[in-house]
Amino acid sequence: MRTHVLAALMFLVSAVVTFAQTDSAVGPMQVVLQDHKEAILESSRRTIGPAIDAVVASKLQQARGVLNTWQGKDMWYHQPSGLFYQAQKVEGRTYRLIDFDTGEIVGEADKSDLKQIKPNSGIRAMIATALVRFQLEDPDPSMRAKGLTGIERAPNASLLEPLVASIESETDPDLRARKTRLAILLTISFSDDDPARVAAIEEVSGDLGVDIRGTLNPLVTKETRAFQGDIPDELNVAQTRVPGRDGFTRAAAYQLLVDAEQAPALITDDQVRLSLAEHIDGGQVGGVPIARLGDTEARSRAYAALAAAGKVPPLVSEADIDRTLQSFRFADVYAETSPAVTQAAEAALVRIATRVFFSQTADLALDALSLASIYFLAAIGLAITFGVMGVINMAHGEFIMMGAYTGYVVQQFIPNHTVSILVAVPLAFVVTFAAGVALERLVIRWLYNRPLETLLATFGISIALQQLAKNIFGTQARPLTAPGWLDGALVLNPVISISYIRIAIFVLALIFLGVFLYIMKRTRLGLETRAVTQNPRMAGAMGINPGRVNMLTFGLGSGIAGIAGVAIGLFAKVTSELGSDYIVQSFMTVVVGGVGNIWGTLAGATMIGFLQKGIEWMNPSNTLAAQTYMIIFIIVFIQFRPRGIITLRGRAAGD
Amino acid sequence: MSALLEVSGVSVSFDGFKAINNLSFSIGSAELRAIIGPNGAGKTTFMDIITGKTRPDEGRVVWGDLSRSLLDMSEAKIAQAGIGRKFQKPTVFEDQTVEENLVMALKNKRGPFSALFYKRSADDMTRVGELAEEINLSDRLRFKAGELSHGQKQWLEIGMLLAQDPQLLLVDEPAAGMTPSEREHTTALLVEAAKTCAVVVVEHDMEFVRRLNCRVTVLHEGAVLTEGSLDHVTSNQEVIDVYLGR
Amino acid sequence: MQKSFVMRNPSTLVFLAALAMFTILVTVLAEGSGAGVISTSFVKTLGKTLCLALAAVAMDLVWGYAGILSLGHFAFFGLGGYMIGMWLMYERTRGIVEASLAEAQIPPTAQEVVDAIGNQIFGVVGSSEFPIVWSFSDSLAIQLALVVLVPGALAAVFGWLAFRSRVTGVYLSILTQAMTLALALHLFQNDSGLRGNNGLSGLQNLPGMTHVPQATISIWFFWGSALALGLGYLFASWIVFGKFGSVIRGIRDDEARVRFLGYPVETYKLFLFTVTAMIAGIAGALYYPQAGIVNPAEVAPIASIYLAVWVAIGGRGRLYGAVIGAIFVSLVSSWFTGGQVPDVNLGFYTIKWVDWWLIVLGLSFVAVTLFAPKGIGGLVDLWADRKSPDRHGADLGPSEGSLQEKEAVE
Repeated sequence: MRTHVLAALMFLVSAVVTFAQTDSAVGPMQVVLQDHKEAILESSRRTIGPAIDAVVASKLQQARGVLNTWQGKDMWYHQPSGLFYQAQKVEGRTYRLIDFDTGEIVGEADKSDLKQIKPNSGIRAMIATALVRFQLEDPDPSMRAKGLTGIERAPNASLLEPLVASIESETDPDLRARKTRLAILLTISFSDDDPARVAAIEEVSGDLGVDIRGTLNPLVTKETRAFQGDIPDELNVAQTRVPGRDGFTRAAAYQLLVDAEQAPALITDDQVRLSLAEHIDGGQVGGVPIARLGDTEARSRAYAALAAAGKVPPLVSEADIDRTLQSFRFADVYAETSPAVTQAAEAALVRIATRVFFSQTADLALDALSLASIYFLAAIGLAITFGVMGVINMAHGEFIMMGAYTGYVVQQFIPNHTVSILVAVPLAFVVTFAAGVALERLVIRWLYNRPLETLLATFGISIALQQLAKNIFGTQARPLTAPGWLDGALVLNPVISISYIRIAIFVLALIFLGVFLYIMKRTRLGLETRAVTQNPRMAGAMGINPGRVNMLTFGLGSGIAGIAGVAIGLFAKVTSELGSDYIVQSFMTVVVGGVGNIWGTLAGATMIGFLQKGIEWMNPSNTLAAQTYMIIFIIVFIQFRPRGIITLRGRAAGD
Repeated sequence: MSALLEVSGVSVSFDGFKAINNLSFSIGSAELRAIIGPNGAGKTTFMDIITGKTRPDEGRVVWGDLSRSLLDMSEAKIAQAGIGRKFQKPTVFEDQTVEENLVMALKNKRGPFSALFYKRSADDMTRVGELAEEINLSDRLRFKAGELSHGQKQWLEIGMLLAQDPQLLLVDEPAAGMTPSEREHTTALLVEAAKTCAVVVVEHDMEFVRRLNCRVTVLHEGAVLTEGSLDHVTSNQEVIDVYLGR
Repeated sequence: MQKSFVMRNPSTLVFLAALAMFTILVTVLAEGSGAGVISTSFVKTLGKTLCLALAAVAMDLVWGYAGILSLGHFAFFGLGGYMIGMWLMYERTRGIVEASLAEAQIPPTAQEVVDAIGNQIFGVVGSSEFPIVWSFSDSLAIQLALVVLVPGALAAVFGWLAFRSRVTGVYLSILTQAMTLALALHLFQNDSGLRGNNGLSGLQNLPGMTHVPQATISIWFFWGSALALGLGYLFASWIVFGKFGSVIRGIRDDEARVRFLGYPVETYKLFLFTVTAMIAGIAGALYYPQAGIVNPAEVAPIASIYLAVWVAIGGRGRLYGAVIGAIFVSLVSSWFTGGQVPDVNLGFYTIKWVDWWLIVLGLSFVAVTLFAPKGIGGLVDLWADRKSPDRHGADLGPSEGSLQEKEAVE
């Protein structure tokens, strides 16, 4: 209230003055400007503050325009009249003058009569801050949002007050929430009021936002410092440190002193060698013959002799280090001076870290789940050919690759990604189904009951197919682009997010599981497959054609591999090695899960997926190591469950 | 008479199906015994348990004078302890000669180093000769086992069992697929073997069992139904019911 | 009364004689010691091929004779190479480092020399510290022992785990493949201590032999490889033609039967697996100094599968088959992939053999499996009229090799 009255009063007073000085009538803004004429003309960062504040405080509609003009260096001082105008160059040295209050052109003037007001960068920043206030209260919500983004990008202390002031009048709930949150962050960072800062910190202490951590972390940054004598009380000390304890090594402590130039630097072995080389004197250094300097002990003797002669700085001995360290005290000191604030920030960060940990665990579980779905997808075809039929097909990976390349080729003809994927999936099935049937008819059917030879023959197919893909598509990776609606991720909170592609793959895995169960348990083909697998001769006697069933089943397994290939190609690069990257893991999945049981394959994929993610989490830098450990784990696991997680027991399991 | 092998209270089930149900059985040394029973009576599983291929869920299997339990021994250890087994289908090493088959079966140290440094001693070769004589394969020693006829393979397998010098022979359907004259020779072989060791013969063919002229144990649903001479058991009403169906 | 096993098995004698002849021929024609008809690089190729043949003999023992399709023996081969490579690289780098430090004004201390060697060797992986696995790299004797001990120990541990849980057949193959993959992935890491995917290089230079031309060294290694192959072949013959061979072939054909004969099948398998791993290690230790470089790609599962391919094409279950397969396929391979075979112009498409060779190899492999399961060695049977039992019908017995359906009723 008081400021308003004051402003009004000032307005009246200045109005009287200017009217007195000039004959013509001037607008209210001109009055304000005239009032701070000296400061504006001086254009110094130290004295300009009241002038800007006065413009803002005038609450005039024109204020914003004035500030913009001022900031844009378009405000000129008309010397004959002593008034400020916005000026635009007409031509040559002629400028057109525009009145701030009316916005009308009042006339033209020669440049010699004008003086441009050139605010320096400091002043422009101050003006910008003042402008934020207007931006935050702009009637256009997008302008308000822009203002907020500006603050988020470059927060500073002076923005806090206008931000807080603008919250009350904010009508848009989203913007209001943003403003409130930003106000809290600014309070934490810049407020002078420590209790208010602590309160603000406590308010956000459960929040997972990266911005919150970004605000809190600088508060708890600390630096280890050395003090000769007592540690000053006014410092906000996190803890005192003793060299040689709690991970604070003596070397680190001494280095601290060296960096602060409070102790002589250690002399490294390299420096010793260089110094010795510099002081070679007639085949000797410090009285020691050069030939003998290949020995550490001789070297230190020679160096000591040089040091004694004052030619080189003496070595710093362990005793020296001890003595030096004893005369200093060490402490971690917060940059932030208020202990209450640092304590609150530390506590808040601990709470946040706990929540982040749980969220990360959940995120990891989601990651693992999607990896498990990928393995399951890659392995489900094998679960049919290997698990149910007992045929070991090393070219299975190449069927996955064929599926992925089918997707790529389809995209070359159908540019619409959604349509092309919808076409690619059935087409990949058809292509790999045909390839599977051909493989079964031409090769595998001659090798039933000779599993090791099947392994080798299909391996031959595998290298041939890989090379063929290389010959056709080249060695570089081909893109298989997912449709736009699969871009992006489902964000549950700032830590937990999962991309839509992965969700799609998870769903696809579930669909496959359903399809598999349906085919095996509910269709004629499934029944016949199980019959043929268990006893081909008996099945034959009952009118089932084992050859046809084997062919179709193998084709089915291969076809599913093709569809899996399309799915895998969406997030992995399509290369000729795509399949071989998955083949060992796929077999592991089936073997670990338990052969001949789809639930086993599911369990195997889940176990391997979670295991790999878990190991990666423990050693995030190294996925190679994660795979290594995972395989070793699997080898050990098979010791304890040779038949896999889910086993068929008894005579049916065979030997 | 102390029992050579004593099986007591043994049960085993596969996925809920009780293949052997509280079965007890014993046999003395140098005894010939035939086991008969309808399909699924548990004859093969019974042999699997004795030879260590299948571990029973409960029960005891005690062997020999020292009364050692066979349950915690491996198949190889059980075989070394003196139990030989002949499978239903003749399983000889077809890619190797009759002689090699027999040499491999001879009772000698079984470790890899003993095998590496094994030299065919005169004694061993004499024994191989004797065995070949016994199983009518003297003129086939250098032949690959795969070239033998079905009956000859059965004999070779019996010969391999005898070469192990076992105390107990478990023989699964030795006469299946043999000509009458081959059966006769097989009968003679088994009866002869039973003079020095215990022989358990699992057989479907009643005629063959009759010729063995020994005590018969009838298995049904994983348990002993009855025991006695062939005439005794074939006149037993329960046995007739089991075989003919109720 | 018994003849020596070599006498009883003339194929061994024939093979050794052929190998000796071949060695003499190459020596006479080589650049380093004779007429110079054969270039040094080709001598090396031949030497390497002999090493591969030795590895194939080891593979044939485990697979052809004992029926264990190991997809890990080339990993053991690679490990042998790594073990000798560590010494070669260390000593050679030491020579270079000492020579360069000798120019310095102040003679280096022992520690400075070691540091400089470390810097030289591990600079590529951003390190200069010697990893613990290099502890003995300055001792030729210990590294030579490790050539057999490391593959042997790995095989023993893995085999013990795998065999005791009765993992057999394709499951075992997959498991060995997994082991190989794990090893390769481990070696690919920079912090494996073996220079990550850079591998060990410069192995063709023998430390302290810088004055000897490569032409001569290549002949030495050729002799070494021939000797190793000869001894390895002799050893393998001794194993397979005795009772041990009888037992392992029995295990291949009917594992359960062997077990019921009282043989500890797992111990036999483990013994054979370990011994052959050691042989593979020795072969690798001779191979890589001739190749000059060993890196993790050499250890990848695919290499072990190729080893199986060679044995299969040559004819498994006979030692000379393995040797023939390895020599034939690897020489033909290098002929095709070396670009020496002229392209075939079909008018609309030119077949470049560099691109198409793998396809030919893959398909011919399928063809061999389907139509000539005995491989090239089968040709010897045609000539010697060696016949195996003529079987027909489906399997009757519990596993392969047992009686077959139609026979049973005959």
